[in-house]
Amino acid sequence: MSVLSRFTPAPAATITPAATCLHCGTPLAPGQAEFCCAGCEGAHALVSRLGLDAFYRRREAAAASDGALRPVAEPLATDFAPLARAERDGVHSLELMVSGLTCGACVWLVEQALAAEPEVLRARASLSARRLTVAWRGPASRANDFAALLGRLGFRVAPWSPACLRATEDEEGRRLIRALGIAAFGSMNVMLVSVAVWVGWDMGEATRAAMHWLAALIGLPVIAVAGLPFYRSALDALRARRVNMDVAVSIAIIATAAMSLSETLRNGPYTWFDGATALLALLLAGRVLDRAARRKARQAAAELLALQEGSVTLLHEDGTTRTVPVEQVRPGACLLIAAGERLRLDGTLDGDEGEALLDTSATTGESVPRRFATGDLLPAGAVNMGAPFRLRVTAAAADGSLAAMARLLERAEQAKSRFVSIADKAARLYVPVALAVAFGTFLGRWVWLDATWQEALVPAVAALIITCPCGLAIAVPAVQVVAVGALFRRGILVAAPTALERLATADHVVLDKTGTLTEGRPALLPDPARDPASLRAAAALARASRHPLARALARACPDAPAAEGVREVPGAGLERGAERLGSAAFCDVAEVRDEGMTLYYRAGTAPPVAFRFADRVRNDAPEAVAALHRLGLTTELLSGDGSEAVERVARMTGAGPWTARATPAAKAARIEALRAEGRRPLMVGDGINDAAALALAHVSASPGGATDLAQTASDLVLRSEGLAALPAAIAVARRAQRIARQNIAFSLIYNVIAVPAAVAGLATPLIAAAVMSSSSLIVILNALRAGREPQPWTR
Amino acid sequence: MDALILLVPLALFLGLLGLLFFLWTLHTRQYDDLDGAASRILFDDEIRRDPRSSARQ
Repeated sequence: MSVLSRFTPAPAATITPAATCLHCGTPLAPGQAEFCCAGCEGAHALVSRLGLDAFYRRREAAAASDGALRPVAEPLATDFAPLARAERDGVHSLELMVSGLTCGACVWLVEQALAAEPEVLRARASLSARRLTVAWRGPASRANDFAALLGRLGFRVAPWSPACLRATEDEEGRRLIRALGIAAFGSMNVMLVSVAVWVGWDMGEATRAAMHWLAALIGLPVIAVAGLPFYRSALDALRARRVNMDVAVSIAIIATAAMSLSETLRNGPYTWFDGATALLALLLAGRVLDRAARRKARQAAAELLALQEGSVTLLHEDGTTRTVPVEQVRPGACLLIAAGERLRLDGTLDGDEGEALLDTSATTGESVPRRFATGDLLPAGAVNMGAPFRLRVTAAAADGSLAAMARLLERAEQAKSRFVSIADKAARLYVPVALAVAFGTFLGRWVWLDATWQEALVPAVAALIITCPCGLAIAVPAVQVVAVGALFRRGILVAAPTALERLATADHVVLDKTGTLTEGRPALLPDPARDPASLRAAAALARASRHPLARALARACPDAPAAEGVREVPGAGLERGAERLGSAAFCDVAEVRDEGMTLYYRAGTAPPVAFRFADRVRNDAPEAVAALHRLGLTTELLSGDGSEAVERVARMTGAGPWTARATPAAKAARIEALRAEGRRPLMVGDGINDAAALALAHVSASPGGATDLAQTASDLVLRSEGLAALPAAIAVARRAQRIARQNIAFSLIYNVIAVPAAVAGLATPLIAAAVMSSSSLIVILNALRAGREPQPWTR
Repeated sequence: MDALILLVPLALFLGLLGLLFFLWTLHTRQYDDLDGAASRILFDDEIRRDPRSSARQ
């Protein structure tokens, strides 16, 4: 497919059969004409009013169909005004992470929509980093208007956090690109000279010497500078008394450079600077691609985290509030925790509200909210399910329980980095053998065949470079690049370098319940007796609130229009005229029993309607568990919730034996016990309580909505909600592993043929170049197969 | 062979020029958003400033 055809305008939206929403592209429910919900209709009208209709023609078909652009009708979670940076002359600038920027047309829409605002001076969005920089002349509070405008268009915005910056700023990657540029320049220019020597059989001695010196002049600095990434890694490995592929590469390159210099000095027939520089360029190209693929995954993971991050509301003594970043809060400060907000700091419940209702599923795995009394210690990571309350902070962010957990995870990560990848295993075998062959060749020629030591050096080093550290060094990274890219397109982010290899060898899956097998947030339970009209009316009210239950209600009826003039009574419910939505007491309902997860709706004197909520099992969970079994993995369920709930989920999903009321320490101990048995467990979890187990497991994964700690502890992050992608990821990883083995075997076979030729002194630089490039090409072509859809028989 | 005395340094000089240009593009961060740059080239509109069609409501 040509590059241009990807951008041919889609048929005008008005003449296509109205099967999908004109704005977000989700399939329409029966009875809907053009839009799936009121938010999309509003967004479409906004785009038209701005005169930016071209967006719908320009965006790529693939990006238009996933419904990512459906506006979420909820108030802004963050106050962006304090984040705006004041520049001179009353100009402010703001950096935002914009989720939903998936194609060039989205970038265009965002930039143009902001530029249409009269006071905006510049707006520039970066597609790969999802970073938007906007500058305007006017007060800082306009920041919220811009964020709200993007929200109405269907983009989700979050403050540009340090984590986003870390994922994007890639000093090491830039160094690699610089080295690649230098190596490419050097190899091309040296080749210019080398080809002249190869074909110039009638060339005079003096001219050939000049050519050699010229090649050395270009080649030596290039080898010194562009090879640094390899030399550094090789030194690190040798200091740790290990051997890796970079040791092999470094030895081959340095030996080749030394031998070529000696040949230049004595004006031998050939120098090998071209081989050394071309080897560097090829390997660096592989490194750069590898890094770019993983950087993409890191950025996407940082994007997921940024959407969860927010600032906290500081409550001053005089009753005024101020929004500040979490890092600035000191112990003893008082925070106002809104309904639906996640606690980011440890603290005690303060004030005379008496009690707080918290969803602690992220910290303990319990799916039913728990009540806390004044003075109780509240765990950071819990979500406020009740009325707003005051929190007296007991520890700053850097000393809190979340930070302590993060430090623990770092230590576990270091232990994991001792995993020996297949490439390093091959290097351990290869380096001594290659060195022995080269040394044997040198001794054989020098001692027994009476060659001068310079003459003996040439075939020895030729053997070293022709044993294809190139094909071998590129055998595994090429497969990794292709497989990581293929997984990325399916919404699986591979964060750790050796994650695919470990995933391929996993033999047992430990699943968390809340948030992993279940959705981890309340969902409306279906009730056949309920009137759809009352659901619609209640959902319209619910749109005005950020309370988790209200949001669950709004999700259940996405096409309900947002009601105007709704008043929120904190801790009780919502009210508009005679309509009321909220707790039993608020709606004057004689409560049957306190379930904590029920909302009542009452319009005037009509009988009240109850909406019950529960943490629902994900639709794709049973199928995903079955697919894992088909792949030959055993499963088990490990949860912090009560045994009744755990057993029910285990039965519904078919996930093997289950353990209830597992504390974080118990989860970690179970993983360690499994590893001690020699099993290779894949841990899947989303909560803070899973983080230790995730870090200890052989390989770990977390679903997209997971807490930030769980995501940083995981090797893989599933971008989509749900587990359906996990079996596919295992299939791709196993396939990649098989292809990597094939590649290594191929490189070794190649050596069996090429090395005797080099030892016999038959190899010239031309033959070496041909061998090197052909073996690399075959290895790369084979690696491309790793990205194809797994065939049914390979599963 | 006299031509070489002129042509080889000239070729090298031009190559070096290319290398310096590459390092400059790297330094000015032109490789940070490759996807965005690839599609941006297709949308050549000037940024419009039409005070009548304000996005505010």
